[in-house]
Amino acid sequence: MNRLLSFRVLSRYGILIAFAVLCVTLSIMSPYFLTAGNLSNIALQISVNGILAIGMTFVILAAGIDLSVGSVLGMAGIVAASMVAGDTVHSPVVAVAAGVATGAVLGLVNGSIIAWCRVPAFVVTLGMLSAARGFTQIYNDGMPVPGLSDAFIFLGSGRLLGVPVPVWIFASLLLLSWLVLKYTRYGRYVYAVGGNEKSARTSGVPTRAVIASVYVICGACAGLASIIHTARSTTALVDAGTGYELDAIAAVVIGGTSLTGGVGGVLGSLIGVLIIGVINNGLDLLGVESYYQQVIKGAVIVLAVLIDVVSRKEN
Amino acid sequence: MNDDKTLARSVNDPYLLEAAGVVKRFSGVTVLRDGSLKLRPGTVHALCGGNGAGKSTFLSILMGLLSRDGGKISVRGREVEFSSPAQALDGGIAIITQELSPIRGMTVAENIYLGREPMRMGFVIDYAALNARAGELLTRLGFDISPKANMCDLSLAKVQLVEIAKAISFNSSILIMDEPTSAIGEHETGVLFNAIATLKKKGVGIVYVSHRLSELFQVADEYTVFRDGAFVESGAMADITRERLIELIVGRKVGRSQRPERSGEFPAILKANDYSQGVHFQGISLALREGEILGIYGLMGAGRSEFLNCLYGLTRPDRGDLEVFGRSARIKKPKDAMRRGLSLLTEDRKDSGIVGCRPIRENISLSILRRISRLGFIRSGEIDGEKGIVNAMYQRFDIKASSPELAVQRLSGGNQQKVVLSRCVTTKPKILLCDEPTRGIDEGTKQQIYGFLSEFVKGEHCGAIVVSSELDEILQVSDRILVFRRGKIAGEIKSSEATHAKLTHMAS
Repeated sequence: MNRLLSFRVLSRYGILIAFAVLCVTLSIMSPYFLTAGNLSNIALQISVNGILAIGMTFVILAAGIDLSVGSVLGMAGIVAASMVAGDTVHSPVVAVAAGVATGAVLGLVNGSIIAWCRVPAFVVTLGMLSAARGFTQIYNDGMPVPGLSDAFIFLGSGRLLGVPVPVWIFASLLLLSWLVLKYTRYGRYVYAVGGNEKSARTSGVPTRAVIASVYVICGACAGLASIIHTARSTTALVDAGTGYELDAIAAVVIGGTSLTGGVGGVLGSLIGVLIIGVINNGLDLLGVESYYQQVIKGAVIVLAVLIDVVSRKEN
Repeated sequence: MNDDKTLARSVNDPYLLEAAGVVKRFSGVTVLRDGSLKLRPGTVHALCGGNGAGKSTFLSILMGLLSRDGGKISVRGREVEFSSPAQALDGGIAIITQELSPIRGMTVAENIYLGREPMRMGFVIDYAALNARAGELLTRLGFDISPKANMCDLSLAKVQLVEIAKAISFNSSILIMDEPTSAIGEHETGVLFNAIATLKKKGVGIVYVSHRLSELFQVADEYTVFRDGAFVESGAMADITRERLIELIVGRKVGRSQRPERSGEFPAILKANDYSQGVHFQGISLALREGEILGIYGLMGAGRSEFLNCLYGLTRPDRGDLEVFGRSARIKKPKDAMRRGLSLLTEDRKDSGIVGCRPIRENISLSILRRISRLGFIRSGEIDGEKGIVNAMYQRFDIKASSPELAVQRLSGGNQQKVVLSRCVTTKPKILLCDEPTRGIDEGTKQQIYGFLSEFVKGEHCGAIVVSSELDEILQVSDRILVFRRGKIAGEIKSSEATHAKLTHMAS
């Protein structure tokens, strides 16, 4: 028993230790790394991927996958931006609502096909990856949406109590999702469905509704992330978010959430997001070329999961 | 090939395999104190014991999966220490495990000779020779399976037979069979026993593990009993009674009881009328009465499980009506069934009973989260919350686990079943549907489950339907027995009038 416990602790802290080692190394190599300005910068940079990873955690916990978050982010960004640009400028609240709703609707399409028509999530969301990007082009004739209202841009570059607004949004969502997964009935259902769908169904869990719902959550998160992303770049681009699904999935997996479902959580994903964020930031600071950055990031992702797999095996 | 050598040596040494005082500790805890067993050539040796008796640990050491911390193991008089299953195989020990691991995309022959395919010119697989060799083996064993069939087209029972054939194909002199019949039907079991008889004649020694005692009396020559990690007794099967064997396994006297006969008329609490579903079952009409345990017996594939799943709303019938407590009931999903007081213990724990990766606590409370939560948040308290329910179930079913936070997949089969049963009763059901309630479970836990069932039906307006392939079980637990044959009810018999012979006759 004790041994089992210590292994679990080790495999959980293993990733934390890796993170600490990464931070120490970078702070030695670059004196700028540990400054308040840079740390705040990292927090800001990770918030988009962080929000995507939270939604992705729900999906992967339920033994699914969502490859479409990048495209959904692009689509939601254009829709949201169109609410606060041009002739009719609405309040940013409307833009946020429109962005999140767009993401949720696309997620509902994904989730319904997966849950009720039993098409594999990989295929459905791969289709959505392509379709949502196409819709984004159609929506605004392939043109970006510039000239966003100042109130909207505040959501990306403003600060409250000295902390960037995107960090507030990410932190609140993290807390909320942690509470939901740990303490609510819905959270339990997500874990149960991911762990063993048949057993969950026999136990009276509305499995299909739960499966559909995680894709809605994931889509809504992508919608929310699109607000920050768009507000930070001050223009909504039609190719925004391309390839973002990779970082989101990587963060969740690095964080120890099992791809087979039922095991893991958002705190792990936070570590995953931090590791990816720190690597990006550190390599920038060290002046490593972006091509090399991609290679290094890929290697670290595989390495992190390798450590996890090995520690599990010994267990 | 090495059979002749084997026989020659075994003349000098009376035992093929001799293990004495084998010890295994896991992080300071001794799980096996005295693993001892002596296997003679040409015999079947039953290794008996409840869950936690140390059988699995002992077998794992024999086949080189675990290293031992003490004791001696000799094969044909020579002391051995295997550090991998491959070494054990070289040393003449082959095993058939409970867990099936076929490669589904391959044919039967490819599976049997995986990694040992006959080659042409050294690198091209000689399929003609491969299929011929596999075909010859299967025919010799009396298994009716084509070597060219795809594994994914075979039934579970046939997959199990292929695994058995694979283990035999190594021509090992020692064969370990761990619950070889848990997934196969009566007919296949007969075929397997014939194959075992052939192997015995060739001088092969077989260590046979099964929770089905009647099988042991059929097939085994000698027995060894383990209890609490230590050797208890061994002897000839012919010299021991079933009752005495159970006593040795459980460690105390177990009354082999039949349910007392009931007199008088009792109202029906569940009535199914003309239930039919495709090829699975047709025109099933039955009534469950208050206070009754209704047994359903039949061979594998007789439609028993499909019928229970359908009653519970996991699937829908093509036609038929259901009445629960005198009111017509339309059950479309498990939730509807639970609302009407039904609960189902499914046939396959791992597949549709437990959520293995989640803790015991979450498994027990899964069906009643709605009742113990407020505004969607789960109350965790001891009085009206999750802890209280988990504690109550721990006591009621005597669940043995170090902590309710342990993942259910780490428990023994018996304890897993207790967890599933706990979850079933949290909804306070009146009608319990049990599908093979004691499959793969040790004798002690079996008796506990039987005890629970007879207590359960004493409750107000309660009753239970028990599906089982084990004759002894069905005779012990039921008041009345229905026999299913190819999707139809072949007959009904009072438990007090039923015998093995009658039931077998009705079922086949």
